[in-house]
Amino acid sequence: MTGDERPNPDDLLERVKEETARAKRGRLKVFFGASAGVGKTYAMLEAAGAQQRAGVDVVAGYVETHGRKETEALLAGLEVLPRLEVEYKGVRVPEFDLDGALARHPVLMLVDELAHTNAAGSRHAKRWQDVMELLEAGISVYTTLNVQHLESLNDVVAQVTGVVVRETLPDSVLDEADEIELVDLPADDLLRRLDEGKVYAGEQARRATENFFRPGNLIALREMALRRTADRVDAQMRDYRRQHAIGETWAVSNRLMVCVGPSPFSAQLVRATARLAARFDAPWTAVFVETPGFAGLAGDIRARVQATLRLAEQLGGTPVTLPASHVGGAVLQYARSANVTTIVVGKPREALWLRLFRHSLVDELLRDSGDIEIYAIEGESVAERTRRRFDWEAPGVRELVGTVGLVGLCTVVSLLLRELLAPVNLAMIYLLGVIGVAMRSGRSDAFLASLLSVAAFDFFCVPPYGTFAVADYEYVVTFVAMLTVALTISHLTVSIRRQAERAAQREIRTQALYNFAKDLAGETGAFEAARRAADSIARLFGCPAMILLPDAGKISFRRRTSERSLAPSSEEPIAQWVFDHGQKAGKGTDTLSGATALYLPLQAGGSPLGVLALAAAPEGLPQVEVFVAQAALALERLRSAQLLRDSEVRMRTEESRSSLLSAVSHDLRTPLASITGAATSLRDQWEKLPEDARNELLESIAEEAERMGRLVHNLLEMTRLDSGAVEIHRDWHSLEELVGATLERMTKVLARHVVRTSLPASLPLVRVDDVLMQQVLVNLLENAAKYTPPGTEVEIAAFVEENAVVMEVRDRGPGFAKDEAEHVFEKFYRGKTDGVRGVGLGLAISQAIVQAHGGRIAASNRPSGGAVVRVMLPVGANALAAGPV
Amino acid sequence: MNAEVLLIEDDPQIRRFLRPALAAENYRVYEAVTAAEGIAQASARQPDIVLLDLGLPDRDGLTVIGAIRGWSQMPILVLSARGQESDKIAALDAGADDFVGKPFAMGELLARMRAALRRMARVGSSAVFHVGGIAVDLAARVVTVNGVEVHLTPIEFKLLQTMVRHAGRVVTQRQLLNEVWGPQHLEESQYLRVYMGQLRRKLEADPARPRYLRTEPGVGYRLMTE
Repeated sequence: MTGDERPNPDDLLERVKEETARAKRGRLKVFFGASAGVGKTYAMLEAAGAQQRAGVDVVAGYVETHGRKETEALLAGLEVLPRLEVEYKGVRVPEFDLDGALARHPVLMLVDELAHTNAAGSRHAKRWQDVMELLEAGISVYTTLNVQHLESLNDVVAQVTGVVVRETLPDSVLDEADEIELVDLPADDLLRRLDEGKVYAGEQARRATENFFRPGNLIALREMALRRTADRVDAQMRDYRRQHAIGETWAVSNRLMVCVGPSPFSAQLVRATARLAARFDAPWTAVFVETPGFAGLAGDIRARVQATLRLAEQLGGTPVTLPASHVGGAVLQYARSANVTTIVVGKPREALWLRLFRHSLVDELLRDSGDIEIYAIEGESVAERTRRRFDWEAPGVRELVGTVGLVGLCTVVSLLLRELLAPVNLAMIYLLGVIGVAMRSGRSDAFLASLLSVAAFDFFCVPPYGTFAVADYEYVVTFVAMLTVALTISHLTVSIRRQAERAAQREIRTQALYNFAKDLAGETGAFEAARRAADSIARLFGCPAMILLPDAGKISFRRRTSERSLAPSSEEPIAQWVFDHGQKAGKGTDTLSGATALYLPLQAGGSPLGVLALAAAPEGLPQVEVFVAQAALALERLRSAQLLRDSEVRMRTEESRSSLLSAVSHDLRTPLASITGAATSLRDQWEKLPEDARNELLESIAEEAERMGRLVHNLLEMTRLDSGAVEIHRDWHSLEELVGATLERMTKVLARHVVRTSLPASLPLVRVDDVLMQQVLVNLLENAAKYTPPGTEVEIAAFVEENAVVMEVRDRGPGFAKDEAEHVFEKFYRGKTDGVRGVGLGLAISQAIVQAHGGRIAASNRPSGGAVVRVMLPVGANALAAGPV
Repeated sequence: MNAEVLLIEDDPQIRRFLRPALAAENYRVYEAVTAAEGIAQASARQPDIVLLDLGLPDRDGLTVIGAIRGWSQMPILVLSARGQESDKIAALDAGADDFVGKPFAMGELLARMRAALRRMARVGSSAVFHVGGIAVDLAARVVTVNGVEVHLTPIEFKLLQTMVRHAGRVVTQRQLLNEVWGPQHLEESQYLRVYMGQLRRKLEADPARPRYLRTEPGVGYRLMTE
């Protein structure tokens, strides 16, 4: 123990994280037993009853009473969730209703038999996954579990009892349980209960006793259950010590590593390592070295390796695949780099003579491991050697013709040179031919070429010519050597070529990933980036793909990247589930495997960003996941950028809010002051004021009131537009009419300007809301009048350009200041011209209205001086050619 | 004889300034604060013109229009807030003669009242309508601008005829479509836009800034009488 007992800050942080996650999650309590019949369900119901009496909302989600009377009596006092009837192969199977449970959302739910496998068609393949979802939803769960269902004890149970248990459960589920209650019953008592028919009835009881419930089995299982619980208590103890800064009894630097191969025995190795690691409380890694020869192995063997690595992951290990040609070297190199203290490896059971010729991995590791401990575990059976599959698929006709042709060519050359060269040198020509075949075709062709070459050599080049008979027995040596060399060369050549091909393929993938990342880096819109990512993945993996993006946390098939959806929108909830839980689901997975598509979550930094849907599970799924991670990173980058922009906008909104206050208070007070002053002056000083002064004051009241009216109107209009309360009543209108009505209304405002209109009679009708469009024109003209000197020209022009009807308000004023044109449409922006009053809402309102019409508005300076504001309304559905009806 | 005005308006401040302003123009003013009171006064006093606020405390102003139109053609002028075009249309379709948007200038209100009263006086009189240089002889179906005859198509004439019949007041788009094209074309506003444009081109000096055939955005059209 060291003197400084303060916990490491990283550890503390980790623990805080664990505890916060736990606080939100429901608590899981497992009633753990050695076998059926020990009374787990009974104990669970008793505990639940106590909770209920204490006022907790308890619901029995799924409880199997097996017709036991005492158990049924306990269950009778609880609310029972109706079971879900699942149709499976024509039979209706009762299942736990997960959705019903989530909807009911009690504080505590009872779910019996944690290791149960759900009927096909359920959301999850296993019941423990249902339970995980309940916990995540904040529902606490009581459940039951027998020791033989634990993944890591699976093979041990099989060895002890001779019964292979199919329904298994990852150990991590039990490890993560908040509480484990061991329900223990001595073997004799259990057997007595069995005899009394308390566990199974009649015939079933007798068969059970004969098969599984033998005293030896029960004792062994009980020991396992006790030990597993003890391990758990031990872990809790260590946890407690860690939390309370009590020094470790040993350094935690233990790190285990297990070597995984294609043998079925590897799974056993992995389980053993998991147990060992749990005992040491050490992290562990499962390493598989992918040699060039691996690709040549049968598909089911390759799949087995993947399964073993997945198993390791389920048991809490880290799976690692190392591409290398030499297993021992790669294993040791990795072990050193990862500070592995112990390597677990399988001990081969090979015939002694074989061991004389080839060094086993164990020998090699023992020789070179240095200070790393080596645990060699004897294999249960190595009967199933790794079958090599030498590409024995029949060669195609073209390859066959090519092979025979090349050997024929060698023969022709040999015949020509027969008189000049010694037969041994002619054999070299054939070897060249074999190399040629091996470089072009597969192993079978090269093998055939080798045999044909030896035969042809014998027939044509070894006297007596034309027969297979051999004059000199010396040539037998030549034949054997030639065949050996030919076979070796062809084998090596094919291997090297394969390796090169695979390297090239990897290179292509790497290049593709690089290009993919580069492409995404250039995108600025999340949707565009997602579309590009989905298209790239579809192209690279030859499988239709689409990315679904969330809208306010909801995944919708409407927000998909492809034109056509590759799955029915009835699968939207699956995508939503994947999005919410960050786990893949659908076709080819354990969750909702009946779906038409495979759904992969796109997440970065733990936050969900979208879902990738694939029409099928492609061969290189881990590769796809690399691309998905890359796509998620790109989306995350875009989202962060968006967040930054949003916060900038918020800041600007804050600014504009304060500028609103100052603007409104100033702009409302000024005319109000004039009105009040003038009105009170008229009231109090009527007699004293000369006639023209009275008129002046009255005029001022009228004008200021009008100005205030416009301001209030604008404020109300902006509020209405902002809140979306404005309904757009579109109808066909002529711009000429709109302009005419506006100018009529603006006569006074524009009185001191020269107004020109340029509206060709051929202008089409536009489908707009005339009142709102008039508002736009009013605001633009008001600005023109406000910011330009009297006497200058204001022009209103309209014309058709490409697919838009364009309306321009042009003036001859000072124009927009530098960079100003970009900001004039922002709310409460005011032109920099001195002495002009206004709230800066006119253009913002105009923009909102034009955009609501699907159009655009832009401000710029005229080359010849002055400003121009351009309103572009899309034609098509919004315009109608003019002309007599 | 002084014309009598019935002012149906619940806001005291509006009544407070309208009362002396109208009296100054030699109108005799009666006041009502609710719709019920307004209907009762209208039938009891038989005023020459009604000024009606649509937002009354007891009932919708539209019911007042409906009630009055049940027995009288007296002009009804609606006072309504700006931006409530649908209210204006509903009032006009219910039989109101015209509207003035709040806030309004006194001069505008007085001009509208004069126009409405003149229209009542003129009903059934002269068959030739004059405004500016335009003369429309409804009987002879001849239109002249500054003494020069202008040729109108039958639909253009029918449109102008309808406007002349309602001269000085706003005619809603629906009314025009109904009277000129028939009730089956009430939604075909594009007809109206095109023909109104053609009519302006033939009658107005600057069709982009019409003096006589005015547009009331969101509501309809008005043929000016002065």
